[in-house]
Amino acid sequence: MTRYVMVADLNRCVGCQTCTAACRHTNATPPGVQWRKVLDIEMGEYPNVDRLFMPVGCQHCSDPPCMEVCPSTATGQRKDGIVTIDYDICIGCSYCAVACPYQARYKVEEARFAYGDTPTENEAIRFDAGRIGVAQKCTFCADRVDAGLAMGLTPGVDPDATPACANACIANALTFGDLEDPNSKVSELLTENTWFRMHEELGTDPGFFYLWNEK
Amino acid sequence: MINEKFARFGTVHQTSWDGRAAGNFICGGAGAALLAIAVLTSWPTAPDWRLLVLALALIGAGLAFVWTEIGRPWRAFNVLFHPQTSWMTREAFVAGLIAVLVFATIATGMAATAYAAALAGLLFLYCQGRILRAAKGIPAWREPSIVRLIVSTGLVEGLALLILADLAIGAARPNMPAALLLLAVLRFGTWWRYRSRMLGSDAPRSTRTTLAVVHRALLAGTALPVLACGAAIAVPGAAAAGSAVAALSALGAGWYFKYLLITRAAQVQGYALGNKLRRGHPLAAQR
Repeated sequence: MTRYVMVADLNRCVGCQTCTAACRHTNATPPGVQWRKVLDIEMGEYPNVDRLFMPVGCQHCSDPPCMEVCPSTATGQRKDGIVTIDYDICIGCSYCAVACPYQARYKVEEARFAYGDTPTENEAIRFDAGRIGVAQKCTFCADRVDAGLAMGLTPGVDPDATPACANACIANALTFGDLEDPNSKVSELLTENTWFRMHEELGTDPGFFYLWNEK
Repeated sequence: MINEKFARFGTVHQTSWDGRAAGNFICGGAGAALLAIAVLTSWPTAPDWRLLVLALALIGAGLAFVWTEIGRPWRAFNVLFHPQTSWMTREAFVAGLIAVLVFATIATGMAATAYAAALAGLLFLYCQGRILRAAKGIPAWREPSIVRLIVSTGLVEGLALLILADLAIGAARPNMPAALLLLAVLRFGTWWRYRSRMLGSDAPRSTRTTLAVVHRALLAGTALPVLACGAAIAVPGAAAAGSAVAALSALGAGWYFKYLLITRAAQVQGYALGNKLRRGHPLAAQR
């Protein structure tokens, strides 16, 4: 069995948003849509304050509430745990968006580009009209994962089989891999560090782990 | 700035569903309950066909509101693909069943199909409650007591519409104001329960503010029917006026509540740091 997950090391993340930029470049998401974004969090009261950066996005839950509520079966789950959306079936009711506790889903009603009506060269190449009027979210770059696997590569190890955000991270804060493989990098990180998952109490079993050494 | 380390933050207002979605809960809920109560009160015969048409039209209007909101309206029938787990699919199926049963009742005049339509109407109302409860991303909707609240609110609206329809066709029934009074009090009880649960949670300030507005509206929507129904029962000459005031105030409060619940009280879950810091591989216990 395989379950692909993401590990975000909050002790390492510097909030540079390179992952966000890489995601937007790879997936040509329109303005206002960030499948991968990094929160800038300030905590506490002066003088006891703390600041950290927290990458968020679809958590690829093993029990995804978005899939349960989807009336069209557009939201599905692969055997490797990646939660998908079939843009050809989705009716754009946004029920998944209100069911997702991670604010990971977006719906765009019309084509929008970074610099007005004319798409950049990259946007023109990667524009997908099928994503208009339907739900969209992080795919864990499933197409890259699949293409890499077809070439005999290992997701999370070989860049060509790894999500763009993890590839781009300058601080090695994002690590992608197979949770079921005890020798994978994500397994090593989770074994050797303290970690948490967001909103675990909601029973979604998210596939996004945060390494954090609480001060 | 987060003052409590593990508190939720980023609880912005949801923008996925707007007044059109509220329209489904307002019209659909009232129509489904009108259908059920009209059949119940006309026992053992089928109710006036005009009431059945009104109920069906309201349910249809609610679904039409949703249709205008979805991003790909010409794929609307894909909503029927997931009855296994989706309460939205189930609601759509029940709406279709209601339409068939109502048309069958109008065509044949059979009471049995009317009873079945009434049961389907109650089921439709229940589906609406469960649709909200399944929305895990919105704390004000996923609260379990929302189901009883949506059902009780719908029942009040259905009975209020029946009273108004009876008054409009000059066929007012004597026990209806008392029944409305009872249901309005029941609705306020379910609201009290829901409100207590929400105020006891970590609901953000904007949700609490909206709940306070709803509380005043439902308080008025209960007190006015009580006073007006009391007048209608005590003073025979004021029966029609009292019933109308009671029905309108109960109906208005219910619809206002639903509108605010969908459009104003719905803050998203937001983000949070996990309060259970753990060490060790997550699957270690399974190995």
